[in-house]
Amino acid sequence: MKKISGNKLLVKALREEGVDTIFGYPGACTIDISDELYKQDFTKVILPRQEVALVHEADAYARSTGKTGVCLVTSGPGATNLVTGLATAYYDSVPLVCFTGQVARHLIGNDAFQEVDIVGITRSITKYGVVVKKREDLGRIVKEAFYIARTGRPGPVLIDLPKDVMAELGSPEYPEEVNIRGYKPSTGVHIGQLKRALKMLGKAKRPLFLAGGGVIISGARKEFTALAEQTKVPVVTTVMGRGAIPTDHSLYIGNLGMHGAYASNMAVNECDLLFSIGTRFNDRITGKLHSFAPKAKIVHIDIDTAAISKNVQVDVPIVADAKDAIEKMLEYVEETDTEKWLEQVYAWKEEHPLMMKEKPVMTPQDVIETINRLFDQAIIVTDVGQHQMFTAQFAKITEKKQLIMSGGLGTMGYGLPGAIGAKIGNPDKPVISISGDGGMQMNIQEIATAVLEELPIISCIFNNNNLGMVRQWQKLFYGKRYSMTCLRSGAACRGKCGEVPCPAYTPDFVKLAESYGAKGIRVTKKEEIEPAFLEAMKSEKTPYILEFDIDPEDLVYPMIRPGGTLEDMIMDC
Amino acid sequence: MNGNGMKKRWLSLYVENQDGVLSKISGLFSGKSYNIDSLTVGTTEDPTISRMTIATVSDDETFEQIKKQLNRLVEVIKVIDFTNVFVRMKEIMYIKVKRCTAQDKVECFQIAETFKAKVIDYGKDSLLLEFVQTATKNDAVVKLMKEEFKIIEVVRGGSVGIESISMMER
Repeated sequence: MKKISGNKLLVKALREEGVDTIFGYPGACTIDISDELYKQDFTKVILPRQEVALVHEADAYARSTGKTGVCLVTSGPGATNLVTGLATAYYDSVPLVCFTGQVARHLIGNDAFQEVDIVGITRSITKYGVVVKKREDLGRIVKEAFYIARTGRPGPVLIDLPKDVMAELGSPEYPEEVNIRGYKPSTGVHIGQLKRALKMLGKAKRPLFLAGGGVIISGARKEFTALAEQTKVPVVTTVMGRGAIPTDHSLYIGNLGMHGAYASNMAVNECDLLFSIGTRFNDRITGKLHSFAPKAKIVHIDIDTAAISKNVQVDVPIVADAKDAIEKMLEYVEETDTEKWLEQVYAWKEEHPLMMKEKPVMTPQDVIETINRLFDQAIIVTDVGQHQMFTAQFAKITEKKQLIMSGGLGTMGYGLPGAIGAKIGNPDKPVISISGDGGMQMNIQEIATAVLEELPIISCIFNNNNLGMVRQWQKLFYGKRYSMTCLRSGAACRGKCGEVPCPAYTPDFVKLAESYGAKGIRVTKKEEIEPAFLEAMKSEKTPYILEFDIDPEDLVYPMIRPGGTLEDMIMDC
Repeated sequence: MNGNGMKKRWLSLYVENQDGVLSKISGLFSGKSYNIDSLTVGTTEDPTISRMTIATVSDDETFEQIKKQLNRLVEVIKVIDFTNVFVRMKEIMYIKVKRCTAQDKVECFQIAETFKAKVIDYGKDSLLLEFVQTATKNDAVVKLMKEEFKIIEVVRGGSVGIESISMMER
């Protein structure tokens, strides 16, 4: 058998894994891999402008296609720039395989140029990470990496490739089978436990489904909706689970948690059975733990054993993939009598419907509702902050729509690269990103990538000249001391806020878009919202940046204080 | 961490004998604020597998999480909870007693006899003792010898454990 280099084997492996898109940024330690990629045509290589954004692009590509995202970056700073994106993917269970260049073996440990211990640095934010120390291990390790990334609870895997290992000649074989003795993801469902849970569901007077991101990841939206319909049990979701059931469905109450709907949080508070699927009971949804779902028995289905009883003590734990479990449940489940309970839920909804105050000037809700009206299919990607919560509250997510965001880590700067990754994976679907003016500026260089890749994404900026979510906390809990949150502050006004005129806002997003070769529209009035979208929707190759003037006093309500209880719910102020 | 059943517990792990595994496991403990009381590691009859013995002080819930989190690691092949099984477990400990008087030396030999320790080295005014017994007994010895002697130097190996064949404990 003819021996081939590690570089050649890697490219062969990517082909065998069916990789059609690689997000890569080159460097000295990976130049030989770049060279091999030059000689093939099975996969596109996308060149983002920064590795931080590069991982987010691969991440959103993975979330929106169900495939594994692939990153290739160089050693040293190329590798360290992955850190935030890896953590983002890890917390939201996104399958990624990231290849990092590494200096040659004899230089490792010498503080060589562009050398870092990236496997060590990312140990706690990857599902698995390894340095390929021997050429003969390369094929097996790459095969295992793809397997580990996409099975069980998905997650990012990092493979560090020393340059000399990759140059070495060795076997051209890429293994077909994987056998990792320490990694056997759970398969199947424990029917006994499931029947026990269903018995409780049958007996419950006020049962409630709680759907998390796991329902979306396992691709069980249709099945979950059928389950809710068969049982007539109402549904609340986490922000990551939004869309598990169409948000206009009569059984859907809303999101729960810190910025959840009043009715959702009341339902969690009053239910006698909380049947949760694919959520880890993050503190943003539970608030103070001992007063979370105080009257309920809790059933918890999760693929990750360690997610069960981590934050909330569970009465019936079931380790299973959400889709497998839901499909099994559909075989055994019976309709429950929830008529009275639903009446109560609807009454709460009516008491405090989720909506912003009607104002003559444009509100975030106006923009999001325009999106709801104009798009019957779309992928909506958000950044992190107030606009994200507004989107999580108001975006209608029906069968043909998907909501993508950095839910667990809360990574600002995710929005624009996220939209790029989603659009690359879904060229036929409209892709809209929604960012604040803070998050947008964290990865704004990616407009160049969007322009060059000819991606007609619609990138919305909710510009309130502020880091709005932190400002909101300052307004509500810190006596309006707006420290470090005004994006117009600078030398001219330091220590003299309110006494001297505010410096002008920078940048001019419209001009900036144009300078990149994208199109920009500034929207200042309600009636301009729809025309702006209509124009952007016509674009075939050009990205559109839509900037909306948003009042910084538009706050996200309701709100439960961090670590608070339902009694602390702030409805408005 | 509500203090429920806070106590010392033992785990035995089969792990891949690879670079970085020790750091992955100790990193999991430090990253998640779990306590490590002691950790030992060494290879087994299979050179690709190492075995670790870990002692941790934790409550019931945290201990459950520790086991689950360890099980999640790709490099961890098997986790055995030693809490409710019969095990043989010993720790090696050296104690050097310095600036001994003649009387001190006599006492050292008495201690050695009582605790089945060995005096393995001897100098003009110092003695070196070797203890192989449970970590709890070693704790007791350290406490005792600190009270009895002016200057002692202690090195402990951490416990290693294995399941018993018969119904014998420790």
